[in-house]
Amino acid sequence: MKRKKRISTVILYIVLIFLAVIMIYPFVWSVTASFKTNQQIYGGNPLDLIPKPFTLNNYKRVLELLPFGRFLLNSMFLATVVPAISIILASMAAYAFARLEFKGRDFIFMLLLGVMMLPGHVTLIPRYALMIKLGWVNRYIALIIPAIFSASLVFKIFFMRQHFLSIPRELEEAALIDGCSQWGVWWNIMMPNSKPALAALAIIGFKTEWNSFLWPNVVINDFMKMPIQVGLTYLQSNAQSSWDILMAGTTIAIVPVILIFICFQQYFMAGSLTSGMGGR
Amino acid sequence: MGKQADSGLATTSGSPKPSNKRRAALKRELTAWSFVLPSLIGLGIFVYGSLVYSLYVSFTSWDLLTPPKWVGLANYARTFKDPNFIQCMGNTLYFVVAIVPLGIILAMAMAIALNKERPGFKFFRGAYYMPSITSTVAIGMVWLWIFNPDQGVLNTILQFFGVANPPRWLESVKWAKPALSIMRIWQVSGYYMIMYLTGLQNIPKDLYEAAEIDGATKWQQIKSITIPLLANTTVFATIMLTIEAFNLFEAIYVMTEGRPGGTTNTILYYIYTQAFERYRMGYASAMAWILFAILFVVTILQFNARRKKEEIGY
Repeated sequence: MKRKKRISTVILYIVLIFLAVIMIYPFVWSVTASFKTNQQIYGGNPLDLIPKPFTLNNYKRVLELLPFGRFLLNSMFLATVVPAISIILASMAAYAFARLEFKGRDFIFMLLLGVMMLPGHVTLIPRYALMIKLGWVNRYIALIIPAIFSASLVFKIFFMRQHFLSIPRELEEAALIDGCSQWGVWWNIMMPNSKPALAALAIIGFKTEWNSFLWPNVVINDFMKMPIQVGLTYLQSNAQSSWDILMAGTTIAIVPVILIFICFQQYFMAGSLTSGMGGR
Repeated sequence: MGKQADSGLATTSGSPKPSNKRRAALKRELTAWSFVLPSLIGLGIFVYGSLVYSLYVSFTSWDLLTPPKWVGLANYARTFKDPNFIQCMGNTLYFVVAIVPLGIILAMAMAIALNKERPGFKFFRGAYYMPSITSTVAIGMVWLWIFNPDQGVLNTILQFFGVANPPRWLESVKWAKPALSIMRIWQVSGYYMIMYLTGLQNIPKDLYEAAEIDGATKWQQIKSITIPLLANTTVFATIMLTIEAFNLFEAIYVMTEGRPGGTTNTILYYIYTQAFERYRMGYASAMAWILFAILFVVTILQFNARRKKEEIGY
């Protein structure tokens, strides 16, 4: 019995390690290939992961071909600003839906929930037409405002409302009696008491913005305003079959999210546990 | 934003006079609205307004340059006669049928295997989850190389194991769809694993203890306790993954552009090309609504299937 258990544990670990190799291999390959020469990538064994000779030339050539530094900067900017604004707006609205009373509150809330799972493609064309009308095409604002006001904002409202409802009312009542305004209660009591929830939304928001592609691809074609994922597809068409260069670009586009994931793994998981539909 | 905050503060500052109840009520109402209005205005324009506008556009012929022309249901009628659309629909359904069950089974299996605290399990959870947080555009390029028929990893391994003529994957009419499905299953299953891990935490431990006393094997326990009690997670995960599989776009954009011969063209990719390469906004909008309608119906059906099972007491 005991021996049987030990054997099954060994088999379980073998399967788990095998699966882990499959899951991680593409990342390891792209990072190592980015330091290889094209000769090694084409001529060598693809299972050979050690760059021989080790070269930084690919990164140099990526930066010569396209302004990748600028792409990174743009993505960093968008991936912090867009989630920050939408989280603040969402928690304001969530506070009102959780604690304040106003006409039509429950009806409006139901109306919001109705679009929580709305796929983005339905509104893609009218949003683009609106960008043309407003003269926002090829401007940063087209990457910020429409990205904030999407179905994921509704999800954030829903998520923060659930969280606020779980905070005991006594805290706010004491503050209100002391003459604190509703804005003061929201900012000084509700928000500080929601740090883990806010952090989860921020992390997931960073990931979503960093990885977003379809919308930026439609509204931006100026390199100076382009986020990294769109820039990467331009690299793909510029560097046809130069896999060394392409893997350097890919590595630049992947690594920041991986680093953040490694640092904040707990928040990431908590975020996707709870954020489910809107998190992506 | 800042201005909104100021006006909100102004409405609540100064204590309300008890003699003027109506004014106090009005103030409360205004304060509440100042919290929700920024979100509501933005969503009103960019989500609700866009939805209505999109529906209108779907009844017109519009190239963005000249004003839209009303054509009634012509765009919707056209989809039924458009062989490309029919092909895309078939392709998309293939991806849904290939990705959803396998993705769900893999996710559930990984979660059940990792639902303990043992050495290394935290690492495994992280490793399995990692693909789902990376951008499809970037990792799609890596997979493009993995599937490379001549120098790619996959075929090198297959040849090592003695497969003489390994598939030409993304270049082959027969293997392009399976290849993309493999890539997507690889990418998304870790996300649903996390969902299942949460679901597993809600299963009471004593159920397993009781089963063990009754002499049930591990496999019997999984079959008659774990899987049935995860039914709610499964429904939710299935709905989410179905929507995701229907919306397959970025992998197609980066890896195949619908080739070979349109065998990997999905509805969303076709909508994109019709709208932003051919400027057929009306037709693209009509297809977007058809896709939305399909997703809506599928979601409702899946919810109802669950409810029926619940009524039987499963």
